[in-house]
Amino acid sequence: MAATRWLEKTIGDVAGSIERAVFTEEHARRRAWLQSLDPRAKLGMFLALVLATGLSASLPVLAVLYAAVLVAARVSETPFDFFVKRVWLGIPLFAGIVIVPSLFLGPPPFLLRARAGPVTLAVSIPAAWAALVFIARVGVSVSLAVLLVLTTRWADLLKTLRVLRVPEVFVLVLSMTYRYLFLFLHTLGGMLEARRSRTVGRTGGAEQRRWIVASIGCLMRRSFQMSSDVYSAMHARGFTGHIRSHSTYRMTGADWLALGGSVLLAAAALAAPRAHMSP
Amino acid sequence: MSGGESGRTPVFRLRDLRYRYHDRHLALGGVDLEVHQGEQVAVLGANGSGKSTLLKLLDGVLTPSDGELEVFGVPVRSVTGGSEEDAFRFHRRVGLVFQDPDIQLFSATVFDDVAFGPLQLGLGQQEVRAACDEALDQMGIAHIADRAPFELSGGEKKRAAIASVLSLRPDVLLLDEPTASLDPRTTWTLVNLIMELGRTGTTIITATHQLEIVPLIAHRAVVLGEDRRVLGDGPARQVLADRSLLVSANLIHPRLHPPG
Repeated sequence: MAATRWLEKTIGDVAGSIERAVFTEEHARRRAWLQSLDPRAKLGMFLALVLATGLSASLPVLAVLYAAVLVAARVSETPFDFFVKRVWLGIPLFAGIVIVPSLFLGPPPFLLRARAGPVTLAVSIPAAWAALVFIARVGVSVSLAVLLVLTTRWADLLKTLRVLRVPEVFVLVLSMTYRYLFLFLHTLGGMLEARRSRTVGRTGGAEQRRWIVASIGCLMRRSFQMSSDVYSAMHARGFTGHIRSHSTYRMTGADWLALGGSVLLAAAALAAPRAHMSP
Repeated sequence: MSGGESGRTPVFRLRDLRYRYHDRHLALGGVDLEVHQGEQVAVLGANGSGKSTLLKLLDGVLTPSDGELEVFGVPVRSVTGGSEEDAFRFHRRVGLVFQDPDIQLFSATVFDDVAFGPLQLGLGQQEVRAACDEALDQMGIAHIADRAPFELSGGEKKRAAIASVLSLRPDVLLLDEPTASLDPRTTWTLVNLIMELGRTGTTIITATHQLEIVPLIAHRAVVLGEDRRVLGDGPARQVLADRSLLVSANLIHPRLHPPG
């Protein structure tokens, strides 16, 4: 029975994970340092530090930047284990796969040599060093992004996109997607429960697939209906295709100080690395 | 029975108004009605009798298939199909609260939803802020202004949906099943809010099939029959006392609602 319900279980778990990850906003609602900053200041800090991380080729500099991120995470009361694991469990997998071929294509000296028949595989020391720097860059950048997302509510995060001159219609569509994703996840959850309550015997793979397809069709039809209704609701309040928005943000001294500090740190990181380009 | 007044330009004048979904399914079949400024009217009808369709027509969201509809003396086709300015003026005066608040609350936060209407009308930032604060206070939901709609309870969603229309400061408020699926305490809170709005002279048309709230929120009741036409129209208490009318409109059932 359990084996035949894998599709249903997968959908349920994916929906539950998305809901927990995106919609709880538990950490973003805490009264701590990063959470109290204006989201535009946070976005500026994030961009400055990501730029410095991307351009830095020095492991010590990247280590300093990562230490700064960890301190910021600590004072912002984000759960430390969760934050570190979330970043470092995925990075070796994705960044590692990208970087592996380059390890064998670098110039001498070599760290390791291995013969496999007619082919000799040699891990180049400069390539291994570059791989390490690459993984460190990805790690710091992803940590910055995770920290920004953990400490900023989605609504604020979307609004700050306007600072980057992202068209308002794009921001509105994103925010509506975010809004209705939740609703459809709940609908999906309800459909799963309704099915489970009526499923008595075993169901085969073909039956499972048929049900999944039917559910997708049902959700799609509902989403079409809802999009039409939502447009009516927008139209009823005067929407004619032009998006207008309201900003309630105010930059305070603390916001400017945090932004200035981050820009200075980024500038220092950019100025420092030349002395440490290689091992 | 007739509940219309004479001598003044009515807010709504409907003559043989019909609407068909997809040009096929008849949703409203020949409605004649007049509603005057300051009236509080309950539109009663069973499921599928055309209550929601009628409100959407009155709000200009739907365009009539046949018949005439005038709002403040102006044909609704020329208002909603006219210039952007005409549409602005129309939607500023007439506000519709949809039955499903999840449709109405499409923004990331309650404040954004309440601000949506005033912003579309081209109001300045300070005016928008003032209109939103007033609407949020009026509905008693200022404390949840920065919450996401999916975090709200059913009652809070309904209040947020009403606030999103009140921020337009409309002369006419159209409410589609405002108390459906709510518990008694939340229902009472909303009924109280509708009564307060009525006292301010706002014209309110409420579609409902919850008969117990009708005497509280409306002076006049219009009954839509299952043929999607007006079956009765008159003072709310008089309409509610007419059992045969309510039975024929499928609003009560003789076995479920015995006399007395």
